[in-house]
Amino acid sequence: MNKLKTLIRVGIVGYGAYVPMYRLKAAEVNRMWSTSGEPVEEKAVVALDEDTITISVECARQAVRRSGVDPANIGAVYVGTESKPYAVKPSGTIVAEVIGATPSVSTADYEFACKAGTEAMQTCIGLVGSGMQKYAMGIGADTAQGKPGDALEYTAACGGAAYLFGPAEESVAELEASYSYVTDTPDFWRRSKEMYPRHGNRFTGDPAYFKHITGAGKALLAETGYKPTDFKWAIFHQPNAKFPINVAKMLGFGMDQINPGLVSPVVGNTYAGSSPLGLAATLDVAESGDRILMVSYGSGAGSDAFVWKVRPPIKHRRSGPKVKNYIERKRYVDYATYLRHRGQIIV
Amino acid sequence: MSVPRYWREEKPRYRLIGEECAKCGAKHYPRTPVCSCGSTEFKPYKLAETGKVESWTVIRNAPLGYERFTPYVVALIELDDGVRVMSQVVDVEPEAVKSGMKVEYTFRKVTEDGQAGLIQYGFKFRPIVD
Amino acid sequence: MRKVAIAGIGFTKVGEPWERNIKDLFAEAALAAMKDAAHTEVDQLYVANMMGAHLQGQLGMGAIMAEAIGKPGISAARIEAGQASGGVAFNEGVKAVASGLNDWVLVGGVEKMSDLLPEAVTTALVGTEEQEYTSYTGVTKTGLSAILHRLYSREYGATPEEIGWFAVRSHDNAVGVAHAQYSFKLSIERVMTSPMEADPIRMMECAAVADGAAAVLLGPAEKIATGIEVAASTVATDYTSLASRRHPLTLEAVKKAANGAYEAAKVKPKDVDVLEVTDDTTIDGVLSLEDLGFVEKGKGAKFVAQGHTARTGEIPTNNFGGLKARGNPVGATGLYQIVETVIQLRGKAGANQITGAEVGMAQSMASVGSTCSIAILRRV
Ligand SMILES: [Zn+2]
Repeated sequence: MNKLKTLIRVGIVGYGAYVPMYRLKAAEVNRMWSTSGEPVEEKAVVALDEDTITISVECARQAVRRSGVDPANIGAVYVGTESKPYAVKPSGTIVAEVIGATPSVSTADYEFACKAGTEAMQTCIGLVGSGMQKYAMGIGADTAQGKPGDALEYTAACGGAAYLFGPAEESVAELEASYSYVTDTPDFWRRSKEMYPRHGNRFTGDPAYFKHITGAGKALLAETGYKPTDFKWAIFHQPNAKFPINVAKMLGFGMDQINPGLVSPVVGNTYAGSSPLGLAATLDVAESGDRILMVSYGSGAGSDAFVWKVRPPIKHRRSGPKVKNYIERKRYVDYATYLRHRGQIIV
Repeated sequence: MSVPRYWREEKPRYRLIGEECAKCGAKHYPRTPVCSCGSTEFKPYKLAETGKVESWTVIRNAPLGYERFTPYVVALIELDDGVRVMSQVVDVEPEAVKSGMKVEYTFRKVTEDGQAGLIQYGFKFRPIVD
Repeated sequence: MRKVAIAGIGFTKVGEPWERNIKDLFAEAALAAMKDAAHTEVDQLYVANMMGAHLQGQLGMGAIMAEAIGKPGISAARIEAGQASGGVAFNEGVKAVASGLNDWVLVGGVEKMSDLLPEAVTTALVGTEEQEYTSYTGVTKTGLSAILHRLYSREYGATPEEIGWFAVRSHDNAVGVAHAQYSFKLSIERVMTSPMEADPIRMMECAAVADGAAAVLLGPAEKIATGIEVAASTVATDYTSLASRRHPLTLEAVKKAANGAYEAAKVKPKDVDVLEVTDDTTIDGVLSLEDLGFVEKGKGAKFVAQGHTARTGEIPTNNFGGLKARGNPVGATGLYQIVETVIQLRGKAGANQITGAEVGMAQSMASVGSTCSIAILRRV
C-alpha cells in the first residue's frame, strides 16, 4: 500500500484557524425559499472585504506567531482551496509576503475540492520529512459557493486553518502515519468560469463521502495497528452535521471522540478548511499524549488520513483566540445581506 | 489602477513596516525621505499591531473603488507603541465604535479594479478577538 | 518690494451651469476683472484649478485659458494647491507684481465639479491627501473633518448643534446674494436633522458640488490707484496626514500663515473688519476661526452659535455665504473669498455691507489644513 511515512520525523510546530464573524441561519435560508432543511444550524459568511486569501493570512499569521519560528525560515506556503480569488495568480504568494516568508519559499495553490487543504498539508509533510525544508506551511481555506436555492446554500461556508510543519521534536503534534485513498468519482464539480458547483445529490453519499473516508480510515488503522479506542479524538470531513457522525460510527468512533472537532453544525462546511478547522478545534482542547485520527474528504474523489500524537509543547503554543472564540464571535445576517457579502448583489 | 504603485507598498502595508530615524528615534509610518530632525538615515521599524481608537468617522459616500463597502468606519488609531495610523475598523457596527476601543491588525481586501483587475489588499483594524 | 493693488475683480454665479464649460466660466470672470479694472494688458496669467486634470482631463491649463481670454502668447501657468489653489495662486501673483518682475498679473480660479458623478468628485477631493496611506483607507475629505469634529467635541465639550451653527450663519449671509449657490436661509433644526454624510458631520454641514470662476487683476499700486491694496499674502503648509500631527485640533498651517500675515500687515485680529474663512464643513470653519486668532482654542463653536460671527457680531464672517452657501468650486474658492473681501472694502456689498470695513482677511485651506493661504487686504 502507498502509505505515507517520512524519513525524518515530522510534526505540527504551529497552527492557526479563522472563522469570519457573520452567520447565516438555516432558518433564514428556509424563510427565503419556503423550505425546511437544516443540515446545519448556521454557517459562517465572510465580511465584505474577506476572501480565501485574507482568511489564509489570518490562519497563517496565528500559526507563525504560536510556533515562534522565524518566518524567513519557512520554505513553503501552500494554499488549498476551491475558491481562489484569482483563477491565475497564486494565493500563496500573498500569504507568504504577509507573513515574511518571501523570497526563499516555494508556493502554490492546491485544488482538490474539500481536501485541497489536507493535500497542501501532505505536500508540506513530504518536504519536511524528506529534509528538503525545515519548515513548511499548509493551509486549507475557502469561501465556498452555493447556488441560491441549492441544498449547498445551507452549508457552503467560509473559514480555514493553517499548519506549520517542522521537526517532530519541536512539534505540538507529531505525525505518526498518513495515507491517501483516491478514485475517480465525479460526485461534485465546478467547471471553469462557472460561478456555482454541480453535485450528484445522493450520489455524494455512499459511493463518494462514505466510501472514501472509510477506505482511507480503515486502511490507515490496519496499517498502524491502532483501534478506535487508541484515539482520544477523531475528525472527519464535515459537509453537514450528520455525515461525520455517521462515518464515525461506521469506523467505530463515538461522539465523545469527534465532539471537539465537530464544528460544522455552527460553522457549516468550510470545504478545504473543514477537517483542518476541526483539527484546530481539537488541538485547542487536546493534551499531551492524546492520539488523533483525521480523515478529510474531497469530491472527485478522495480522502487523506492522518494519525497525530499530541506533544507537551501544546500547552504553551495555543495562545490567542481559539476556534471556539471565533465561533462565539458572531453576527447574524439576513438573506439579502448574505448575498451582498457573497458579492451576489452587484454594487 | 496602477500595479507598480500597489506592489511598491506591499511590505509596508502587509506587515506594518515603517521606519525609525537613526538619529532621533522618531518613528514614521509611512516612511519619509527626511525626518523632522533633518536626518535621512532610517532603519526598518515594525509597528505595534494593537492600539486604541482615538477618533473615527463613518463613510457613507465613498470614493471610487470603495462604494461597495459603505457604510464603513475610518479611524485615527494610536498604536501601543505610540505611532498613529489611519485605518478602517471592520467587524464592528459603526454605532458600536467607542473612543478608546482596543483594536488589532487584520488583513483585508481594500479595493479591487472591477471584476477583472487587480485585487488590492492591506491592513485594517478590528476589535480585539479574545 | 512694490505695493500691490487690486485693479479689478470678476466672478460668475456659483451653481451648475450645465451648458457652459471651464473655458466659458474662466473667461467670464477674467474678462469681467479686466473690465472692472479698465485695463486689458496682462503680463502673466495664473490659473487656479484643483480638479481639471481629473474631471475634464485638462492639463496645460495656462495656455488653454490664455487662449480662452484672447491672449495667446502670454506667460501662463496653472497653480494647484488642492482646495487652497485660489489663495496660493493669488500669493504667486502678488509676489510677481511685488518683486517688479511683472506689472499686470491676472489671477483666475475655475472649477467645474458638476461634469462628473459625486463619487468621482469625492475621489478628487481627497486627492490632496497622501494617496498610498491616507486616501487608501477609503476616507473622504469630509471624513477627515469628521474625525476632527469628534475629537473637538470630546476635547472641548462642544455640542454638535454648536458646531452646526456655522452652516446656519453662512446661509444667513447668502440671502439675497446674486452670485451665491444657495441663497436660502437654513435653520439649525434642518442642519441637525439632515442625513449623516460622515458621522458626526451631517449633509447640511458640508459645502456641495459647485461650478464657478473668480478672478482678480493685480498691478503695482504706484501705477494704478484703486484704493484696495494687498497688505499681506502668505502661504504655509502642515503635515498632510492627521496621524502625523502632534495636535490634530490645531491647524498649524493656518496659525503659521496667519501669524506671518498679521506681522506683514502690522495688524491684529481685532483690526480685521471682514473675514472669509474655509467652511467646507462646519468644523473646518470653527477650527479656522480659532487658529486665525479670533477666538480662543476650544471656544469657536460657542462663539459662532452665540452670533459673534454674524454681520452684527464681533467679527463678521463669510459675508456672502462662505463655502457652504455661496458655494465651493474648489480651485476658484480662494479667489471668491478675495473678490468678496474687495467688494466689502469698496463699500459695494449692498445689504451685506459691513459698515466702515477697512481691513479684510481671506483664509483659503486645502483639505484639513495641509495648505493654508491668507490674504489681508486694506482700503487705502
Ligand atoms: Zn529624526
